[in-house]
Amino acid sequence: MLRPKHQQFVRGDKRMDKEGLLRLLEKIGQRIHEQRDFLTELDNAIGDGDHGHNMDKGFQAVHDRVLSNPGPDMGKVLQQVGMALISTVGGAAGPLYGTAFMRMGGLLAGRQEASLEDLPRLLDAAIGGIQQRGKAVRGEKTMLDALIPAKEALEAAISAGKPAVEALADAAAAAEAGVEYTKTIRATKGRASYLGDRSIGHQDPGATSSMLMIQVLKETLQERDQ
Amino acid sequence: MKKLINSVENVVDDMLEGLAAAYPQYVKRVPGTSVITRAGGPTKGKVGLVSGGGSGHEPSHAGYVGYGMLDSAVAGAVFTSPTPDQVYEGIKAANGGAGVLLIIKNYTGDVMNFEMAGEMAEAEGIEIASVVVNDDVAVENSTYTTGRRGIAGTVFVHKIAGAKAEAGGSLAEVKAVAEKVIANVRSMGMALTPCIVPAAGKPGFELGENEVEIGMGIHGEPGTHREELRPAKDIAAHLTHKVMDDLKLKAGDEVAVMVNGLGGTPLMELFIMNKTVSEILKDAGVKVHKTFVGEYMTSLEMAGCSVTLLRLDDELKALLDAPAETPAIRQGR
Repeated sequence: MLRPKHQQFVRGDKRMDKEGLLRLLEKIGQRIHEQRDFLTELDNAIGDGDHGHNMDKGFQAVHDRVLSNPGPDMGKVLQQVGMALISTVGGAAGPLYGTAFMRMGGLLAGRQEASLEDLPRLLDAAIGGIQQRGKAVRGEKTMLDALIPAKEALEAAISAGKPAVEALADAAAAAEAGVEYTKTIRATKGRASYLGDRSIGHQDPGATSSMLMIQVLKETLQERDQ
Repeated sequence: MKKLINSVENVVDDMLEGLAAAYPQYVKRVPGTSVITRAGGPTKGKVGLVSGGGSGHEPSHAGYVGYGMLDSAVAGAVFTSPTPDQVYEGIKAANGGAGVLLIIKNYTGDVMNFEMAGEMAEAEGIEIASVVVNDDVAVENSTYTTGRRGIAGTVFVHKIAGAKAEAGGSLAEVKAVAEKVIANVRSMGMALTPCIVPAAGKPGFELGENEVEIGMGIHGEPGTHREELRPAKDIAAHLTHKVMDDLKLKAGDEVAVMVNGLGGTPLMELFIMNKTVSEILKDAGVKVHKTFVGEYMTSLEMAGCSVTLLRLDDELKALLDAPAETPAIRQGR
């Protein structure tokens, strides 16, 4: 189906175009900036206290390099985001989120729009990249503990035929539950693993930043549908 | 926070400029990057050595760039791994056509960023090998952790692998000798006071007036336990025995010793620590071939120290004694 460029989305629309993606990225950057001190505080407790600062720096670079000069399609834009994060965030979060965005970009190569049905595959690609780069699995107190439940909830919602807004609400709720779950488990990857049992009781900063991104995605769809 | 800085944003940049200005005979900065490389550029036909990591550990790693040690050092933000594009610049600056060895301290971020940079370099046709240093015995080494951290023992890897490369060793040979050092080097540290990461502006943890943390990592990661401050000889004995036990040192073994200051501890105290370290080794019948006392792998202004022992054989001894000309370690040719 042909759609005119920059067409406004109609209520209940399950698609997102490149402009929508750029708006989403802008909002994710704003949310990370707002939550920067909170993320840093979480990281201070079980890591090295730089997650908020580094992620904020990364999305500032996304703003400066990508949003002002986006590539021709959604895949290219996501790859630009990956490169911006990889080259500015540093630490472990840079390669992990960077690889995740690069993988999603690969999946949307040449595409001008994506549908709700693409979303689980995109999350799958992101999760695969993070697992490969970080050699972690679910239950190790990492960003995967927010992302994997979110993807599963999304798949279930789509199979049940739920509309996009509801499907994303399920995904965000699952990510939130995943972050809560990270409080109950011991870290076995990353710097927090040095704490052993002392990491229990603290929520994982990486899972939290992943949750924030999924929450923004949900909110963006909600706003669009109002 | 009371620090001699111009701005939080520029600490690494200003530090690299000042370091390059101090030692133009050994090093230069690759313009537009956070890479310090040899003043004369890559040595044609020699295996290149690249290390690096977060800043705040000076003289690690830029202080070890020069003849007989590293070819490039890549500096990240304070306590934050450098990014792959920067490491890739370091690799390019070190590449003399015989391959490049990456010496990585075992931290999740460092390993990932160096790995990605290695993949970028391989895609450009540069042969890459890497080793991961994990000498800190304070961390249990099990499948339930990221593994032991890399700390001051890394400097011995730089020295010995650097000498091997300078002597014309192939990439496989340089990697093999680096792995031999890693298999035979162990360290353990302790902290008297915390340090302040400039961007954070306040200490990452707190210690009571008479409290110390045994086994603390070089970024303030937790150690094995906290205790009341005891005399230096007791602390030195604890650290030395932990390291000796882990290495399974026995009478007749020969070692190199490093008593490393974390940044806020005077040499006087480091020598006091070394007095006990040397006595314990002597009593155990372990011969000390060479001792390094000073600041080699620091943690900003943290007070405290680490003790490193490297078990030596004839090959490692010869390479440790080989000449080096770097900002932080100089030995005659």
